[in-house]
Amino acid sequence: MFEGIQRSLGEALKKLRGRGRITEANIRESMREVRKALLEADVNFNVVNDFIQRVTEKSVGQEVLRSLDPSEQIVNIVYQELIALMGPVDHRIPLAKDRPTVIMLCGLQGSGKTTTAGKLALMLRQQGRKPLLVAADLQRPAAIDQLKILGEQIHVPVYSEYPSDPVTVCRNGVAHAKKMLLDTVILDTAGRLHIDDALIDELRRIDKQVRPDSVFFVCDAMTGQDAVNSAKAFNEALDLNGVILTKLDGDARGGAALSIKEVTKVPIKFIGVGEKLEALEPFHPERMAQRIIGQGDLMGLIEKVAQVQQQISEEELRAQQEKLKKGLITLDDFRKQFEQIKKLGMKDLIQRLPGMDKMLPENEDPESALRRIQGMIDSMTKEERQNPDIIDLSRRRRIAAGSGVQPHEVKQFLAQFDQVRTLMKQMASMSLWQRLKMMTGLGQAGAFLPGSPILQKNKIGTGHRKSAKERAEERKKKKKKKR
Amino acid sequence: MGIRGFFSRLKQGLARTRSVFTGIAQLFGLRGRVDQAFLDTLERQLYLADVGADATQEIVESVRRAFLDKEITGDVESFVKAKLRDLLTGPSPGLNFQPSGPTVVMVAGVNGSGKTTSIAKLAKMCQDQGKKVLVAACDTFRAAAVEQLTIWCQRLGCDIVKSQQGSDPASVAHDACEKAKARGYDVVIVDTAGRLHTQTHLMRELEKIRRVLSKQIEGAPHETLLVIDATTGQNAIQQAELFSKSVQCTGIILTKLDGTAKGGAIFAIKRRLNLPVKFVGVGEQIDDLEPFDPETYVAALFETA
Repeated sequence: MFEGIQRSLGEALKKLRGRGRITEANIRESMREVRKALLEADVNFNVVNDFIQRVTEKSVGQEVLRSLDPSEQIVNIVYQELIALMGPVDHRIPLAKDRPTVIMLCGLQGSGKTTTAGKLALMLRQQGRKPLLVAADLQRPAAIDQLKILGEQIHVPVYSEYPSDPVTVCRNGVAHAKKMLLDTVILDTAGRLHIDDALIDELRRIDKQVRPDSVFFVCDAMTGQDAVNSAKAFNEALDLNGVILTKLDGDARGGAALSIKEVTKVPIKFIGVGEKLEALEPFHPERMAQRIIGQGDLMGLIEKVAQVQQQISEEELRAQQEKLKKGLITLDDFRKQFEQIKKLGMKDLIQRLPGMDKMLPENEDPESALRRIQGMIDSMTKEERQNPDIIDLSRRRRIAAGSGVQPHEVKQFLAQFDQVRTLMKQMASMSLWQRLKMMTGLGQAGAFLPGSPILQKNKIGTGHRKSAKERAEERKKKKKKKR
Repeated sequence: MGIRGFFSRLKQGLARTRSVFTGIAQLFGLRGRVDQAFLDTLERQLYLADVGADATQEIVESVRRAFLDKEITGDVESFVKAKLRDLLTGPSPGLNFQPSGPTVVMVAGVNGSGKTTSIAKLAKMCQDQGKKVLVAACDTFRAAAVEQLTIWCQRLGCDIVKSQQGSDPASVAHDACEKAKARGYDVVIVDTAGRLHTQTHLMRELEKIRRVLSKQIEGAPHETLLVIDATTGQNAIQQAELFSKSVQCTGIILTKLDGTAKGGAIFAIKRRLNLPVKFVGVGEQIDDLEPFDPETYVAALFETA
């Protein structure tokens, strides 16, 4: 998310960063590039121009130019303005006391309303509320079925009736919630192109009759300049309380995120970042701005780690810690750790660690590298996983054949594992913060990339080629030493 | 349907598109010189239509060079029109039907771009041309996607091959090909699950479907259409790029052109990938799919309301 904007903005700002003296001309030149970066990211044309004007005005001020480090000052101005553009945000969903809280979702066709309704319901359920999903989309064939299946997956009841009228469905849905003692109702309305007066009128009627406590506009992050138009139209018709931005897990540059708040003054509350139903996050403008500027998002990362750790039992965690301390970690444990990293989402993880994203080669997909390693571990016998030292050439060949890699890759990985094991022993005694710092350093050294040069020791020739017998003996010695 | 019918329908569909581009038409109504203010307005309008930085700058620059300090007359209008048209493709020949054996059309796109609806429209269009159509419901991922397609097929009265939710989409594709060959269908339209182009494993699944198709039927898929939502901004270019890379798209279906969006990204897609728009979706009715014609497209853009 935001990679494109990050990269080109970074480029533009980098030109400023290196300079000791900055002139007005320098600033104007780099602002032109910032402008192009924002436009390429689908930020609304008018918003871009205002933004650039504000930043330029503040930057050419005499104080900035005369300060000790003018370029950092300007980067800071951009950062502050970005936050101002997107924030502030309040993530609470107000709860009504004596009746069910009603949340209405609206948006264009295909923006992801139904999926978001499911995600929102799951999030509320995890917060201890009792949500009800109401299928008020009677337009699209099978929309009701989709919501029902989602409801089953997340164990949230779904109210529907067919054939019927959307307004009636909503009204009856709220009544049903009252009867069943459910405290939050989520209305999934039909998607529409907002020029359609009949459908807007239908939404207005639902609004009037059911009186939702919050109305959220669901918007596809890939939307171009039109995002602002549709947000405006929905806001005029319904008076929106918040925006939920979806599909941010793609490579959308998220320009809509930067524009909607500015034009409609409606804040973005949540963002959808994945296909899985847990993938709804509160939107934090500061963190987003940090990411755009290229400073990572450590706070977000820590929260996410905590969330995943909740899913692992205490006991398992303690057992793992013990093993780590003693340096007894096996390939089995290693694989388990991978599963956890996978839950976090490798790409997301990397983006949040400052500096890490630059360390990845453009074409290398970290997830596929992870999967390759997983394949190697899966192709080993139980014994081999417990004690990788027994892996010799023929075992290596078998593992390579089983996981579809080259034998030398297996060797590389095992050597890396050996080093990681030592590192982990060291890390076990550190605080979380120290660990994170170390991880960042390691990442920059390329420790997470199989086959990276840093962790590989160069072979030094001895001038003597060992015979098979000698090699076998050496292995035996090594084994003895281990014991 | 005659050309006239098409023209007026596209005009209707583009009514909104036009309202943005009328800004340009109004530009031409201005009297005076081609100065910086004129160029700025032109640039603004193109950006607002999602035409994108590169294409916009190219158009604006060439207008500047050709007309700077000249009176604004009809010439500028036809020049800009011609420039826009040149950046698009020739008229769409429609689907490329095979002389014998079933023609396989694979349809792909990101989530919510309108694949399933476009497939229904495409099936109808083929039926109208007297073809026997089979639809393969390979979207086995999204809840109720198969149901949605089944409902459409019942309305159209065409046959469908489907399987359980969560089953392997490539196996559905395989079965559809078998059936099409055995029963002599003319066209097989393959629906696929929406996927973001950045999810490599899902893109590989798509490649697998394509591979299965090509093994079953010689030269299949004969058409691979990418469905792009007209409201999408510059991200459409990435979509086109990555989908083309994995399944070699042969054309684009531009949907939701009846909204306020302009679909200007097609300029950049043509420019970079030489991928033509084949069809446009201009409404919610089953007939609202038209072959793309740049002449009409650009002309309709400049019609004054």
